[in-house]
Parts: sequence; structure tokens; C-alpha cells
Amino acid sequence: MAKTIDVSDLDIYYGSFKAVEDVTLTMASRSVTALIGPSGCGKSSFLRSLNRMHEVIPGARVEGKVIMDGRGLYDVDVDPVLVRRDIGMVFQRPNPFPTMSIADNVLAGKRLNGKRMNRAEAAEIVERALVSANLWNEVKDRLRKPGASLSGGQQQRLCIARALAVEPQVLLMDEPCSALDPISTTAIEDLIHTLKERYTIVIVTHNMQQAARVSDTTAFFNLAGAGRPGHLIESGSTPKIFSTPDNPATEAYISGRFG
Amino acid sequence: MATQTEPPPATDVWPTASRGSSRVRHSHHAPTVILGASAVLAAGVLGLSGWVDPVGAVALGWLTFAILSTALTATLRGRRAAKNNVATILVTSAFALAILPLASLMWVVIEHGAPAFNAHFFTYSMRSVVGAGGGIYHAIIGTLYVTAAAAVISVPIGLLSAVYLVEYGRGPMAKALTFLVDVMTGIPSIVAGLFAYALFVLFWGEGTRSGIAGAVALSLLMIPIVVRASEEMLKLVPHELREGAYALGVRKWRTVVQVVLRTAAPGIITGIMLAVARVVGETAPLLVTAGYTDSTNSDIFSRQMMTLPVFAYQSFKSPGVPPEPGYERAWGTALVLLIIVMVLNLIARLCTYFFAPKPNR
Ligand SMILES: Nc1ncnc2c1ncn2[C@@H]1O[C@H](COP(=O)(O)OP(=O)(O)OP(=O)(O)O)[C@@H](O)[C@H]1O
Ligand SMILES: [Mg+2]
Repeated sequence: MAKTIDVSDLDIYYGSFKAVEDVTLTMASRSVTALIGPSGCGKSSFLRSLNRMHEVIPGARVEGKVIMDGRGLYDVDVDPVLVRRDIGMVFQRPNPFPTMSIADNVLAGKRLNGKRMNRAEAAEIVERALVSANLWNEVKDRLRKPGASLSGGQQQRLCIARALAVEPQVLLMDEPCSALDPISTTAIEDLIHTLKERYTIVIVTHNMQQAARVSDTTAFFNLAGAGRPGHLIESGSTPKIFSTPDNPATEAYISGRFG
Repeated sequence: MATQTEPPPATDVWPTASRGSSRVRHSHHAPTVILGASAVLAAGVLGLSGWVDPVGAVALGWLTFAILSTALTATLRGRRAAKNNVATILVTSAFALAILPLASLMWVVIEHGAPAFNAHFFTYSMRSVVGAGGGIYHAIIGTLYVTAAAAVISVPIGLLSAVYLVEYGRGPMAKALTFLVDVMTGIPSIVAGLFAYALFVLFWGEGTRSGIAGAVALSLLMIPIVVRASEEMLKLVPHELREGAYALGVRKWRTVVQVVLRTAAPGIITGIMLAVARVVGETAPLLVTAGYTDSTNSDIFSRQMMTLPVFAYQSFKSPGVPPEPGYERAWGTALVLLIIVMVLNLIARLCTYFFAPKPNR
């Protein structure tokens, strides 16, 4: 089931530009790790390097170690595609496939990989993923409708269901609520609470309250200035980071006195 | 529909630039009334002067309408409304002028071509026909085969090139391909025809004529259109969808085929239809590659093959004795071509309508 991810000495590059430097961080299994920090400090880049989505961008590469379950994700014999099946991802903006129905969106991870399923199997996967994503009751009567016909918050939960249907070990979320209203946000935060019993969750957020509410561990990233690489300033249990951080920069950022 | 004469709403925060307190409201029928008045006026003037010319009448009526309605708007609703009126009339006139040649072209082709239409015309070839009678069956068959073969050649090549350019191409190779496609778009069709002819001379010797040579010539013209259209459509697919698929652990080629191509499919099909419509009426390249014949040939790999545009050209160039049936057949063929092009455009529209993702249904 859920796995721990150990990152050590990780540098992240876009071509010759070093975006993130020297990050060492452990993301424990069955817990929520929140990544916070000012815009441009490399939270998304870091998150995307955890499931090898970073290298999809031309010229992008990383140096350092990311270890899950005793195996280096960047070892030469590791297939990035298989890594992504183990480590799912939810994006800032909901991106359901517009040509597919709600049910087909949930099944996308299986179908697009050429897996054959009979009706019963497919129906079961759809129901299980949608129940887990807390969306089943809202859409169970219109599974054949296009995924894009849902509201923004529902679409985001559909994307979570889509990620869960692949049965990953880890779920990465990049500002999953930033495009959503408070009610949908609450729905997704509740969902994160239940999901962490089964998954390792890493979430990027700009919302301090959200980080405080949902996460067990918080990691604060910062950058010294424009054009300089981002660094991990400190990480620790969320209550500690929010009450007595070691680094004054962390305190300044969390209390809103920043820059 | 011409002038914007909507009455301002009661709680108008930005009152129209009406002078003083007299805010006179036009009714919705005002432009129609003015148009009617102008028409009557123009007719009256022409009637009195005894100068009868429909084009002049329309022009005069339109001019009267423009001046009258602008003057009226200016006095009743102020300068801004008058400017709006002038702009609206200019835009509408430009549209009418653009439509005019198209409408009259269709009218002429239908007028001359429709009399040729009968069952005989569509089911007989010109084999041993002298004078009246005969039909275009052989040319229809030829056009079907040649165009279909051209599509079979150019769609895979064009589509795959577009996929390469958008999804895989980086660096000098992609730049070179883009440049070549641009150049190919501008190749004169007769050059494509001569090239295809020269190519097939290599295999089958001097004087060779075949449907397949015609198809190759047409595909030279079609490929750049297909590449361009598909490229545009593939670029429109949002990057987030590709990333969404990658994040599910889907391999790149599967993502391209099942997400990117699937999402772009309606646009690509439309582009292909329009490319077919574009080449179906090509004459010069087919004249030198497929040649012409009076009989039906359904083997694209040997002997001459008649096609609709070449048939129209031939019937017009050497209509026979007496010439009238030949001319009539030429016009009939022109009408058939026009209908084919319209049907292809219609299919393209329907494709967009039925296959495009519909968010709110
Ligand atoms: N595709 C890219 N190509 C080049 N540089 C990039 C790319 N994406 C991000 N960067 C750079 O990498 C650095 C980190 O960006 P990143 O998106 O990881 O920041 P972030 O912390 O997620 O910011 P935000 O909170 O605004 O989302 C920035 O300096 C950014 O300009
Ligand atoms: Mg980000």
C-alpha cells in the first residue's frame, strides 16, 4: 500500500536554469505533507519531479536521489511511465478528457493503457473510485454524460477519482483547490482526510489555513531572489512549523509578514 | 437588421448622446420603414427619368437608404449613433458585395447546368456518342477513384507529418519540414501534374496515362493542406490533457493516438474534407497525368481515366457537331462539381457538429 518517499540532495533544472537546489525531505506514508512557499520557489517543480512528470518538459532534468520502497525512481532501469502509475497526480486546474464521459474519464488510466475489462469489472472500478473521491452520489445517475458537464469542484474530484482508479501508492496534488469555491474546497479537504488512511499524500498549497488543516508535515520552500534557485528552508510536523518554526523566514511567511 | 436603433433601457446609466432633453426613440421597424421609403423613392426617380436598370435601381435605393437613415439618426439620436449607423451600413455593404459574385456564379452554373441533368446524363459514358446524348458516368467514376486514391495517399502522410511536427519534432528537422510544407502549399498545380507524369514515365515509359498518376499529382497538392489543417488542430489540444494522460502512466504514443488525435479528430476530419474539396476540381494536373477517354475505366493502374474537370474542359474545347449538346454537358459537369464541393463542405460542418466535445449536454 502506501509508501514513503525519501528525497536527498535533489537539484531540479530547466535547461541550464537551476530552479530548485539541494532538497532533502522525507514524505511519510499514510500522512499528508504540505509544501508551502512563495510563488516561483519551485514547489510545483519539486512535486513534478516526484513522479517523473518534470522531464516531460523539453530540457528539464533533475540530479539527486528520490527513493520509494528502497528503489531509486531515477535509476537507469526504471521506466518513468510505470513510476507515474504508482504515483498519481492531480493538477491545479481540473483537466477531465473532454471527449470522454464521466465513467470513461474514471477508466481512462486503464483504458488508455489498453487494459481490457468486462462491463461488471469496469462498473466496479468506476463506482469504487467515485465513492473514494466523494463524488458518487452526485454523478451516479449520469455516468454517461461528458466529464466536462460537471462543475469545477466536481471536475476536480473527477480528476482525483481518475487518479485513484489507477490504484497508485502516492497522490501528488498541485494546488488542487485554487480554482474552487469554499464549499468544493471543504469537500476536497475532507476527501484528503479520508484518503490519507490509504495513501501517501503530498499537496502544494498557497493557503496557510489549508496547510494547517489537512497536513501532518509541512515543508517550507523559499528563494533568495529572482533567478536564484529555490531551497527547502525547513520541514517538520505541521503544529510545530505553524507555532514555533526554527527559521525566522518561515515565521515571517506563515504570519503573512513576508518580503 | 441594418441599423442599431435599440431604445435605451429606462435605467440607462450611459444615456445615448442625444442632444438636449429630446430623447426620441426609434422603433425597431425604423430601418425597415426607411428602407421601404428609399426603395419607393428610387423606383419613383427611375420611373420618372425612364432609365430602367436593376443594378442602378438597387444602388440608388441603397445609397438613398444610407443617406436618409444616417441623417435621421444624426438628428434624432446624435453623432455617436450616426457613426454607428454609417459603420453598420459599410460593413453590411461589404458583405453584400462579397456575396454577390458567389451568388451570381451559382446562379449562372445552375441556370446552364440544370437542363443537362437527367438519368441518362449520370448513367452513361460518352462511348461512341456523337452529338446529343451521352453522359458523365465515366468521369464520375474517374473522379471518385482518383480523388479517393489521392486521399488514401495524402491523409496518412499529412496526418503523420503533423503529428511529428506537433508532438515529436524539435530542432532543424522540424524546421525543415515546416519550410517544405510551406513551399509545397504554393506549388502550381500544373507543376505537380508534370512532376507526377515524369515520375510515372520512369516506370511505364513515355506517354503513360493512368488514374494513379493523377492521384499522385493531386496528393502533392493535398498533403500540405492536410498537414497545415491537422497541425493547427493538434496545437489547439490543451497541453493539460497530454499531461493528464502522462500522469496516469499512459505511454506517449497512446496519449497521442487516444487523447490528442481523438480530441482533435473533428477538426482534422473537417480539414481533410476541405482538402478534398480543394483538389476535386483540379484540371491541369489531371489532363497531363490521367488524360482523357470516352469510356469508363475503373482500373486506376492502367490506361486513361476521365475525370469531371477534364471532361468539362474537353466538352468545352471540342464540343462536337453540333456544339450545343457538348456545351450543355460541360455546364452540367460544372454543376456536378459545384454540388460535390458543397456536399463536402456540408459533411465537414456536420463532422464538426456531431463529433466535437459538447460540454453541456
Ligand atoms: N516550463 C518551465 N520552463 C522553464 N522554467 C520554468 C518552467 N516552469 C517553471 N520554471 C521556473 O522554475 C521556477 C520554479 O517554478 P515552479 O512552477 O516550480 O514554482 P512554484 O513554487 O510552483 O510557484 P507557484 O506557487 O506560482 O505555482 C520558477 O523560477 C519558474 O520560472
Ligand atoms: Mg506551482
